[in-house]
Amino acid sequence: MKKMLGKRALSSFVSLMVLIVLVFFLSRLTGDPAALYLPVDASEAMRENFREIHGLNDPVLVQFGRYLSDLIHLDFGDSLRKARPAIEVVLEAFVWTLQLAVITMALVTVAAIIVGSIAAFKVGRPFDRFASVLSLIGASAPDFWIAIVGIVLFSVTFGWLPTSGTGSVWHWILPISVLFIRPFGLILQVVRGSMINALGAPYVKTARAKGVKNRPVIFVHTLRNAMLPVITVIGDQAAALLNGAVVVETIFGFPGVGKLMIDSILQRDFNVILAAIMVTAIAIFIMNILIDIAYALLDPRIRA
Amino acid sequence: MADHLLEVRDLSVRFHTAHGIVHAVNGISWHLDRGETLAILGESGSGKSVSASAIMNLIDMPPGEITSGEILFDGMDLLKASEEDRRRLNGKRISMIFQDPLGHLNPVYPVGWQIAETAMAHGRSKTEAYERALQLMERVGIPNAKESMGKYPHEFSGGQRQRLMIAMALVLKPDILIADEPTTALDVTVQAEVLSLLEELQEETGMGLLLITHDLGVVAEAADRAVVMEGGRIVESGTPRALYHNAQHPYTRKLLAAAPGKGAMRVHEQGKTPILKVRGLKKTYGAFDALKGAEFDLHAGETLAVVGESGSGKSTIARLMLRLEEASGGTVMWKGEDILTKSPKEMGKLRRQLQMVFQDPTQSLNPHMSVYDIISEAWVIHPDILPKAKWRARVEELLEQVGLQADHALRYPHQFSGGQRQRIAIARALALEPDLIICDEAVSALDVSIQAQVIALLGELRDRLGIAFIFIAHDLPVVRDFADRVLVMKRGEIVEQGTVRQIFEAPQQGYTQRLLAAGLDSDPDVQADRRAARLALG
Repeated sequence: MKKMLGKRALSSFVSLMVLIVLVFFLSRLTGDPAALYLPVDASEAMRENFREIHGLNDPVLVQFGRYLSDLIHLDFGDSLRKARPAIEVVLEAFVWTLQLAVITMALVTVAAIIVGSIAAFKVGRPFDRFASVLSLIGASAPDFWIAIVGIVLFSVTFGWLPTSGTGSVWHWILPISVLFIRPFGLILQVVRGSMINALGAPYVKTARAKGVKNRPVIFVHTLRNAMLPVITVIGDQAAALLNGAVVVETIFGFPGVGKLMIDSILQRDFNVILAAIMVTAIAIFIMNILIDIAYALLDPRIRA
Repeated sequence: MADHLLEVRDLSVRFHTAHGIVHAVNGISWHLDRGETLAILGESGSGKSVSASAIMNLIDMPPGEITSGEILFDGMDLLKASEEDRRRLNGKRISMIFQDPLGHLNPVYPVGWQIAETAMAHGRSKTEAYERALQLMERVGIPNAKESMGKYPHEFSGGQRQRLMIAMALVLKPDILIADEPTTALDVTVQAEVLSLLEELQEETGMGLLLITHDLGVVAEAADRAVVMEGGRIVESGTPRALYHNAQHPYTRKLLAAAPGKGAMRVHEQGKTPILKVRGLKKTYGAFDALKGAEFDLHAGETLAVVGESGSGKSTIARLMLRLEEASGGTVMWKGEDILTKSPKEMGKLRRQLQMVFQDPTQSLNPHMSVYDIISEAWVIHPDILPKAKWRARVEELLEQVGLQADHALRYPHQFSGGQRQRIAIARALALEPDLIICDEAVSALDVSIQAQVIALLGELRDRLGIAFIFIAHDLPVVRDFADRVLVMKRGEIVEQGTVRQIFEAPQQGYTQRLLAAGLDSDPDVQADRRAARLALG
């Protein structure tokens, strides 16, 4: 287990390094920040001065070296846009995204497991049919469309919920609901399939022959065995949310990391882009470790 | 009317499948008394397990449907009882164990809990349940029972897992234990141990034992009475002795005739120079020695059987010889050249002389290829054997040679029975006109009567085409009928080798003697002698 975690940490570190290199150079291809941050009528001297201050005149490799050596001291540089340390800006946004992702995934997981398990137990019956249709719609619905329809219906027409921003509990309901739908559909499908497999497993027959009641047969004997593929998909979906639900955050004006990244790319705020990518990459790395641990906890054959 | 502990009357069960209605059992009746062992004997598809599933309420309805009959237990008709009443009986008064204990134990829970769960499901307190579980684990002979309670199924051997299943079934001292092929997946010596454990436990508790099996030897060893099933009907019943000596129904006679180990042993004139010389063949996995220096010769047209229990290294020999795995040391001289040092390209050419037939034809045949494609694929890989124009005729010829029909070429593997699939696998091996065919448990998964046919086919091919065989098997009677010479393996070592007569009539090593004594014979009298011999060997 420790060896596996060590390997995982090493490979994650390597991919993080590759990512930094790629993003550093690619983002510099988007153009010159001086063209964006200074007034249109700024003189060439002013532009030159701006580049000089922010070190944009040095050869790109020198810039990269400087960036790396700062990084070793955990200095991610300053945000051009906000004139504050980039990492502060990113962490602020990341906390919002993290809350959104955790709450959404917790709800999705619980709902998908319950509905999926019952559907698997009642294969072919109306409940199962209904759940299958529901999950298919969920998995294939475009979230930007649902988000807009949600705003039109619940905010504009009925006036029950705020259209965007943050501030109260009510502000969370629409973004969470919209983000809920796709992972719910996907995970429900996986839970159902995996449970159908597990319910046909020989050890379920043994449990019935022992006189175990239906509910423990499903939720004790079968579910734990069925969870392994489900956890993989939960991890995938959670990773997508941690990256920032770009579209949904933008539509709802939600100050998360997805919206921050889009804004920073449009504004050529290089340090923020890099810091945001590193923070989300590390978060995803930590989540993968948690998933490995969950695997080992669920299945004794993986420990050892 | 005499009251039996359990009585099945006129039971009919059918299944609604995509291919129409399948009548699994048709109006069968049998009964079981306290302290008695009843065997239900039948081949796959005979419906031998269906009545047990009906008793345990394990038939999924739909697709299953019970169309007639009663199952009387303690004066109550189980088929009319409520789900909850039946659940209360399962595990408490009627228990069941299954063929594949690894699959039937839940992989993610400790075995102690799984055994205790039977008691807890019937209202026992946790403390009491765990105490009972510990007692039973000790009783069935699990070493270090207390620590073993926290272990998981994959940490035990096959025999231990079946012991754990037995413990799980007997926690609440049921009146009836149903054992569905309880020893089929086990080595012979372990099989004998598990059967005698069941017998001891039956004597202690006085339970009725229902033994479902395809193995006449198991019937001869353990049953008081037996019913023979074919095609969902009971064709005959009686004591094992009566059935053996005085079978009335043609099907019973056919089964008895097919039982291996009765024919004349082969006497083979050995040639002068061996085609295969194996010297010092070794394989290690980390610190584990799977094979510790095997040495043997094989002559043209000779059949060499490799016998031993699981883990003895018998399949490892085959895998190393065919370079499916790399050996850790030694030489395999095939017609004077060392196979182990061949380049992949040379090895590719050599492979046409060395073919293999595996245990499970369902998995070793590609389900998406027609029989024609499966067999002719050999010629795609080795194009010099046969011009394409002759492929179809040759495929048809090969199919007829293995007892199938020419027009089977266009069908797919799933359209064949297990025995027919193994014939296809043999035809595929023959397509390359090999000098040696390695059969790795090639008939182990087949029903007795099918097994006899496939063995007869292999024998015919051997005589007609002069092919040499390496025949890896755990089933000694089959080996006795088919082999010229026998290698006995134990824990990676060859402990004894000799002609089939030497090994079966005058085994020198204690291990070989134990192996032979543990084998089950279909003749109850022979079996009684063996049991005495086994007890004497300890």
